[in-house]
Amino acid sequence: MTMEHAYVRDSMVDARQPPRGTDGPIAWLRRSLFASPSDTLLTILGMLFLLWAVPPIYNFLIGHAVMPGGTVKECRAEGAGACWAYIYARFNFFIYGFYPIDQYWRPNIVFALGAALIVPLLMPSAPFKRINAVLFFVVFPIIAFYLLNGGVFGMRYVPTEQWGGLLVTLIISLVGIICSIPIGILLALGRQSQLPIIKTLSVMFIELWRAVPLITVLFMASIMLPLFMPTGTTVDKLLRALVGVTLFSSAYLAETVRGGLQALPRGQYEAGASLGLGYWKRTYFIILPQALKHVIPGIVNNFIALFKDTSLVSIVGIFDLLNTVQSASSDINWSSPTQAVTGYVFAAAVFWVFCFAMSRYSLWMERRLDTGHKR
Amino acid sequence: MSQVSESTVERATGTSQMTVSDTDVAIDVIGMHKWYGDFHVLRDINLRVMRGERIVIAGPSGSGKSTLIRCVNRLEEHQEGQIIVNGTELTADLKRIDEVRREVGMVFQHFNLFPHLTILQNLTLAPIWVRGIPKAEAEATAMHYLERVKIPEQANKFPGQLSGGQQQRVAIARSLCMQPKIMLFDEPTSALDPEMVKEVLEVMINLAEDGMTMICVTHEMGFARQVANRVIFMDQGQIIEQNDPEAFFSAPQHERTKLFLSQILH
Repeated sequence: MTMEHAYVRDSMVDARQPPRGTDGPIAWLRRSLFASPSDTLLTILGMLFLLWAVPPIYNFLIGHAVMPGGTVKECRAEGAGACWAYIYARFNFFIYGFYPIDQYWRPNIVFALGAALIVPLLMPSAPFKRINAVLFFVVFPIIAFYLLNGGVFGMRYVPTEQWGGLLVTLIISLVGIICSIPIGILLALGRQSQLPIIKTLSVMFIELWRAVPLITVLFMASIMLPLFMPTGTTVDKLLRALVGVTLFSSAYLAETVRGGLQALPRGQYEAGASLGLGYWKRTYFIILPQALKHVIPGIVNNFIALFKDTSLVSIVGIFDLLNTVQSASSDINWSSPTQAVTGYVFAAAVFWVFCFAMSRYSLWMERRLDTGHKR
Repeated sequence: MSQVSESTVERATGTSQMTVSDTDVAIDVIGMHKWYGDFHVLRDINLRVMRGERIVIAGPSGSGKSTLIRCVNRLEEHQEGQIIVNGTELTADLKRIDEVRREVGMVFQHFNLFPHLTILQNLTLAPIWVRGIPKAEAEATAMHYLERVKIPEQANKFPGQLSGGQQQRVAIARSLCMQPKIMLFDEPTSALDPEMVKEVLEVMINLAEDGMTMICVTHEMGFARQVANRVIFMDQGQIIEQNDPEAFFSAPQHERTKLFLSQILH
């Protein structure tokens, strides 16, 4: 065989630019929208759908909508869009419920304090994490409770029946999320325990709560529980809902966390054990950081579900955001064809903003925690 | 078979008259049996390891050699007989188990580094939280051992960024940071690319020269020949032959041993 037939290079090939037309916006259009006849057809159908759907939505939300400052007459006019003037007029009710108007400063301080503490807590680069965590998880709930409830330092007593709106939605979901994390983790660990009693109790708890609808749990908590309590003792309605939501959520969370525990190779447990680390140290330093990281999407899924499920407390007479929106929609002062729809669009938008924020934050956290071991 | 260079051979043979105490027992396994369900994996194991002794366990796969060393730090439970490590008998008592594990380092086939921690954190975790050593001191010790395994520059990387050979050397350093009296190696080079076997074996030879008590499950017969005081051959859950390496390789007694050696020494 002559040398021309041998596949041997005597000099290395330099890297060069890709051929024209494989990069840039035109190439993207061709690749993504018009790659084949069927793709082209789907693109055209999609465009037609957007042309059909977008203008009416735009007109309802913005074009023909009655903006804040408008009157109820304008909302009642033929062809009027969303009645934002109504949302603006009843905005305080949606945020605070029946909380006394002259006491709004109290929930406002709670909102501000909560935001001031949770933002640095969620930012990994912010300093003083330990103090921040103690303030948020221990000090803040105590301050928030006394501020909202009153009855101390000359503040008027405001019973929980008067709390409402976004305030209550946030209270229930935050308490539910924060309390269900440790309970859920302990249940997941308990379910994997070698000790039969702990294992059985964990399994029973998880299976019981997971098998019952949340509505049933809330009904039981608010209607049946008082029947079993000695006469004269009452447990606050909001507190009962909080406990119900927390336990319900922790059962779900336990199963999510268990998925993460099972995904860990046995070698991680063994390496920890062979270094002399006992069960709790092994779990805290080696097992949980990895297991929880694996299941961040699942955990956030639980939290988003919990956040939206808080709207179910309306059926036991708690005025959460959705319930305030719903009851305001029978306000005759603002009765108009679009009153109810506008309210629900508003509620949906508020829920969406919080849930989307949680979702984006978790995606960002996942990327941050990736130490590149998925090989 | 061996990937170890000439120079390391000389080093190892030059120091092979290391002191092996014949009064100081490191590990004593007496009449030990183990079952997995109905399967009798280890049958009447009797093995006494003296301090400073370096033992290589060989044998076909499924012969129970890994299970045997995993019993020594109770990653596996034995059902009959006694295992006494550093004078402490292994029973169901968790306190005693942790006591034994503190003094017995283990290196695994798949390294089992903690992927969410940096190399330095991998090395200092146990010294800080098990031994209660101050962080600065633990880090100094960790750097010392990283230098010994020749990768101090990797201290702040994550395990996923290292090659297999580097990871295994980190794993050895991690065990050494606990200042163990005994080291167990469970096929430490079996998961490595051929090019990386040598760097790990060199670290192990180095350790042997320092007089560490070692039990190695390995197929590296070159390593066994140079480093071991004793080679133990297992088949079907039993120790069927033990001898010094010279005799073991030149004049194996048992038929099964002869067959095994003919298979792996080409």
